[in-house]
Order: sequence, then C-alpha cells, then structure tokens
Amino acid sequence: MSALIRLVHVSKGYADATALRSTNLAIERGKTTVVIGPSGCGKSTLLRLIIGLIEPDSGSIEFDGASVTADNVAALRRRIGYVIQEGGLFPHLTARANVVLMARHVGKSQEEMQSRLLELCELTRFSDNLLPRYPVELSGGQRQRVSLMRALMLSPQLLLLDEPLGALDPLVRAALQKDLKEIFARLRQTVLFVTHDLAEAIYFGDEIVLMNGGRIVQKGSVTDLREKPADPFVLEFINAQRGLASL
Amino acid sequence: MNRTRKGKQSSRSLLVSWVPYFLLILSCIPVFLINSSSAAEIVIGSKKFTESYVLGEIAKRTLTEAAIPAEHRQGMGGTIILWQALRGGQIDAYPEYTGTIGQEILKSDHASSLDEIRESLAKFGVGMTNPLGFNNTYALVMRRSEAQRLGVRTISDLRKHPELKIGFTHEFLDRRDGWRPLRERYALPQQNVIGIDHALGYSALANGSIDVKDAYSTDAKIEENDLVALEDDLHFFPNYEGVLLFRLNMSADAIAALRRLEGTLDEKGMTRLNAEAERTKNYTRAANLYFESGAGSPNTAGESFPQKLARWTLRHLQLAGFSLMLSVIFGIPLGIVASRGGAIGQAILGFASIVQTIPSLALLALLVPFPFFGISVRTAIAALFLYGLLPIVRNTASGLQDIPRSLRESAIALGLSPITRLWEIYLPMASRSILSGIKTSAVINVGTATLAALIGAGGLGEPILSGLNLNDHVTILQGAIPAALLALLVQWFFDLLDRVLIPKGLRL
Ligand SMILES: Nc1ncnc2c1ncn2[C@@H]1O[C@H](COP(=O)(O)OP(=O)(O)O)[C@@H](O)[C@H]1O
Ligand SMILES: [Mg+2]
Repeated sequence: MSALIRLVHVSKGYADATALRSTNLAIERGKTTVVIGPSGCGKSTLLRLIIGLIEPDSGSIEFDGASVTADNVAALRRRIGYVIQEGGLFPHLTARANVVLMARHVGKSQEEMQSRLLELCELTRFSDNLLPRYPVELSGGQRQRVSLMRALMLSPQLLLLDEPLGALDPLVRAALQKDLKEIFARLRQTVLFVTHDLAEAIYFGDEIVLMNGGRIVQKGSVTDLREKPADPFVLEFINAQRGLASL
Repeated sequence: MNRTRKGKQSSRSLLVSWVPYFLLILSCIPVFLINSSSAAEIVIGSKKFTESYVLGEIAKRTLTEAAIPAEHRQGMGGTIILWQALRGGQIDAYPEYTGTIGQEILKSDHASSLDEIRESLAKFGVGMTNPLGFNNTYALVMRRSEAQRLGVRTISDLRKHPELKIGFTHEFLDRRDGWRPLRERYALPQQNVIGIDHALGYSALANGSIDVKDAYSTDAKIEENDLVALEDDLHFFPNYEGVLLFRLNMSADAIAALRRLEGTLDEKGMTRLNAEAERTKNYTRAANLYFESGAGSPNTAGESFPQKLARWTLRHLQLAGFSLMLSVIFGIPLGIVASRGGAIGQAILGFASIVQTIPSLALLALLVPFPFFGISVRTAIAALFLYGLLPIVRNTASGLQDIPRSLRESAIALGLSPITRLWEIYLPMASRSILSGIKTSAVINVGTATLAALIGAGGLGEPILSGLNLNDHVTILQGAIPAALLALLVQWFFDLLDRVLIPKGLRL
C-alpha cells in the first residue's frame, strides 16, 4: 500500500531561521505516526505545510498520489482534520455550530449532520447536552474533544494533531490519551501526531519521527530509536526525557 | 460684522491635494436621495447676524405674498459662503451691502458707483436691487461711560489710549476694509487685539474684557447696551447700503417682487426691526413689523416650541443617521482592506486620520466651494460622513487584526472559502470592536451635527446658533440640552445593540 502523504525534498525557511531543511517523509495509511522533538525543531511547520497554511520554499508534497497545488489545496483541506493545542474553536459559535460548520457548507442535510454529530459524541465521549454551550463554557479537555469532533466531522482521510493535549492537566490528559488511542484504532485512522513528550509518543506511535533543528534525525519504532540510534542526539533526547520521568 | 473662517484660503490650498480623494469617495454617495429643496422654490440665504436674518425673512414674505414659493435658509455663514452659494445656485438671493460687494466680492480698490457694481455683478449672472434705504456702515463702539471718562469721541481719539483692549469679529480682522487698513489710516497704537464672535463681543464689552469692538450703525445693541459709536472722522469706512443680490436667471416675477422693497426701509426703520428681533428672539415677527399688516402670516409665525423642537430633532437625527449609515457602509469595507496592512492599508488609515484632524468648521468650509455641495444638507452629511469614517475604519481593522493567528488558521484549515471565513468567522469575532467604533462615530456625529446649522442645514444647531447670535442663553439651551440628551440616548441605544448584535459566545 502506498503512503498517504509524501514529502519530497520539502524545505521551508523564514527570514531569520530555517524552519525545515530539505526533508523527505512518507506517512503510512492507517497508522499513527508521531512527530517528536524539542521545541522549535519544526514539528508544527511540517503539519502546516501539509495542510497548506504555508507553502514550501522547495520540494513537493503529495496527498493520496496527487501533488498538492494552490488549486486543489482548498479541496484537500476537507479531506484532512486539524487539531491544535489551543483547540482553535471559534468563540462566537456553540460547540455544535463549530462541529457542523464545514459540513453545513458542503451542503450536508440536517439529518445527516445530526446523526454524524451523535456518532461523534459517542466516539469522543462528549455529552450531547453540552453541544449548545460556547467554548468558554467548556473545560480544556471538553474543548479538545469538540475540536476533535470538528476535525472528524467529514470523515477525513488524515488527522493532523499538533500537541492536542499539550495544555491539559495530567489527569484529563491521561483520560484523553486513552480515548484518543481507542478512537484511532476504531476508525483505522491515518494520524500524524505531534508531541514533545516521549511517553506520549511511545504510547501512540506505530512509527516515531524524531526531529531536531529542522531535520528528521531518525524515523522508526521506539525499539529502533533506543537500540539503533542514528545520531548521538537520539540518545540524548531519550535520556533527557527519561531523567525527568524518574524524578 | 459677521465672521468668516480666519485663514481659510491658506488651509484650503494646504488641503487641496486631498480633494481628489474626497471627490472619489463622495462621488459614489447617492446624496441626491436627499431632497434639500424643491426646484420650484426660491431660496433666500442670509448671513449669521440679526439684520441679515430679518432682511431674509422680509424677502421671503415678499415673495410669498406674490404667490412665489420661497424658503429662507437662515444664518448660513459669512460673505464668501453666501456669495459662493449664490453663484453656485444653491441660493437665489440674499441681503448684502454695497461696501461689502465692492471690497470683498469685486475686490475693487476705489469706491464704485451703483451702476459700476451692477455691471460687474452681471458678469457673474448676479443682479442687484437698488438700495433698500438704509446705510449700515461699520462703526467702532465703546461703553458710553468709558468713552466719556477717557474723552474719546472719534476714532482718532483712540490714538491717545494705547492700553485699550480691542475685540473684533474674525471677518473684520481679515477684511480689506477692516482692521489692518483702519489701523494704518488712523495710526492706531493698540496691540491688544483679539478675534471674537460678534454676539459674544457685546458680552465681552459689557463685562470689560474688551473696550472697543466693531459694530454696524443700525445695530440695535448699540442703544440697548448703552454704547456709543465713535465718529469716523477720517471717513475711512465706505458706504454700506443694504441691497438684495439675486440670480439674474430667477423668474421676472420674483425679481419684480424683490425690487418692490427698494427704498422702503430707512435706518430708523431697520434699527427698529433689529431691536424687535433681538427683543422677541423671533425674526419672522420682526419681519412682519415691516409689512404694516403686522398680524403675522399664519404659515410662518405660529410654530410652537414643541413643533420647532421636533423639527430640529428630526433633522438632526436625519443628518447624523444618514451620515452614520454612509460611514458604516464605507468604513467597514475600508477597515477590512486596512486590516491586511501594506501600503493600501496604511493609506486608508492615514487618510481617515487626516480627515479627523481637520477642524469640523474648516471641513464644512472646504466642501462649500464645490458645485455639488455648496450650502446644503449634502455638505453637512458629507462632512459628518468623513468624520465618522475613522473610528469605524480603525476599529474594524484592529478588531480583525486582533483575531489570534491560531483561529484564523483553524478557519483556513477547515477548508472554508475566503468569503465564508470573513463573513462567518472574522467579522463576528471582530463585532465588538466594530460596534464600538460605530458607537463612537454615532456620538461624534450627533455632536458635530450641531455645526450643520452654520451652512443652513438645520438641526439642533439652529437654536444654538441663533441663541449665540442673540446672546440669548435660553435659546442656546433649547438646542444644547436636546443635543446632549440625544448623544446620551445614542450611547444607550448602542449599549442595547451590543447585546443583540455581539454573538453570545463573545459576551460570556
Ligand atoms: N511565522 C514564522 N516566522 C518566523 N519564524 C517562524 C515562523 N513560524 C515558525 N518559525 C520558526 O521556525 C522554527 C520551527 O517552528 P515550529 O515548526 O513552530 O517548531 P515546533 O512546532 O517544533 O516547536 C522555529 O525556529 C520558529 O521560530
Ligand atoms: Mg509547535
């Protein structure tokens, strides 16, 4: 089976820094690929390139066999779900309105939307009583569940999650981690998950992509990373995180 | 006698580079929707002082009695504004003085005969009646007691008292036959010379803030305030015979009607009418005194205070409301463009800011010379519109710019089209800021609309202006209090609107 996403020699720089050096990466279908690395290493840049929020300086991105261009990016975005750390919910819309926003615009019927909404509530363990609430009336964990529902509403082929649990307290975070993993498995969803937490990466990742300084240092399973580090940085990163965890 | 903006010429040339922008924006405005005057009516203008008001009323009634529909726009401004309005056809006739015509309008340096004046005016398509009968020349006036104490009887006597404080109307300070040549002719030494409104000058004279001011010889205030007019012993001031100027293309009937006033009003008569106007605060009644019928024509005299208040308030709301609507219609799109930054965004914000720095009076004066505007409701609305623009443009731009990048990107990442993003996400999120900009504009407009009366556009500024002119506090308050209440009401209305228009999720 071919990869769903393929980056070929993609690079991105800003005036003062290179965010992503020339990078090749393939994301397998049906798997959760976790991107991990220290802050500022280019993880978000990678995701933002894929969903077309920024354009690469060089190289090309393929989605499902087709090259991503300015013409088709709008259509492709509807086949991708995107969740960010802050949730990205629109404060002037209720949870329900946030979730069905895009479905409404592509002309889904009320019944279709309603049944999908209930399905998603069940899937994400979000009480449908809370749907009429505005984002400020929800807890951080509830907001991330709504954000996930919004991303999943149109049954996307790819789910991009940029540190979706980064702002949550440990208990809520643990509960959501468990639920997310279950959801991914149930949907056989292709997921690209960004985190800077190694334990989280290990928990979710079928495949781990370790980045540093705008470069992919190593891609493989946890075992690969531990036993066949491609670079001294790999061990350094793993040890640093382990050191913290044992405190 | 009556003030004109000081330094108007220079501020105009300074701002002339902005004129194309004004026109560009304003040309899109369907201002013709506003019915400022019906075509069939003769429009009489008058300057902003009692005698001119009274003459305007007399002219109006004369026409009305000749079965010619006429309207009187009271107190539109100074000589230049009235002259421009006459030439531009916004008004058909107004009272003027031969001296002013020679000096200020035709700018001739020698005293012209009536025929010479008439010939020169004809080149502008303007006609002049024969003198109405009174000579209202300039005079310098002092408190009688003070003049006697100092032994000042003539203008030459002022040379002996350099310490005297002088307050002149702005127009007199600037006129070709005003203060500068007068000082030269008489070699006057006074240094302490200020510009002050004509009516306020009388209060200043009474309370001793100034000792000498300019007046005109038929001014009823001279008697009333126990003042003396100093003798013009060097014959500096030219003759100021009252006449009516009119457009030559006016109907022959109308011209004939106005000419019936020639030679019918001597100095005593004029002074009496002025005194009556100041006493009763009612120009129509003073004008009626001229027509010996005296009873007052039913269609003009009988307006009660509530009726007047309703008329002023309604017009005020029309002015402020219509201009606000235009500010919103143009301001929000401009604010959207400005929020994107770049050169165009900067230019828009810069333009709106510059408009705000022009004093409102100057902005009105600036628009008056343009044929499309002139002395009309249009000008008032255009000026208010330009004033209301900045708060809306700026708040729209900043409201949009304050939307966090993460939310903008979420809207893009969802796949929403640019129009949908703007309409359903960005504008609602900026609604609080936009609405507060609109509120600011509304309050500014309600306040500034009082100035519309200066160019005869009516509103609550009308009583304020005529009260100022009559130095009558009650009349001023009749306009000022409702205007202040209106501003509060607008504020309150917008607070209410906040609750309806700002999405609930943003208010929690
Ligand atoms: N809009 C931007 N302008 C300038 N530099 C940026 C911008 N976005 C990201 N960067 C830089 O690119 C690098 C990678 O950023 P990012 O992908 O957000 O890192 P991560 O998500 O791994 O923390 C950082 O050095 C960051 O400062
Ligand atoms: Mg990041």
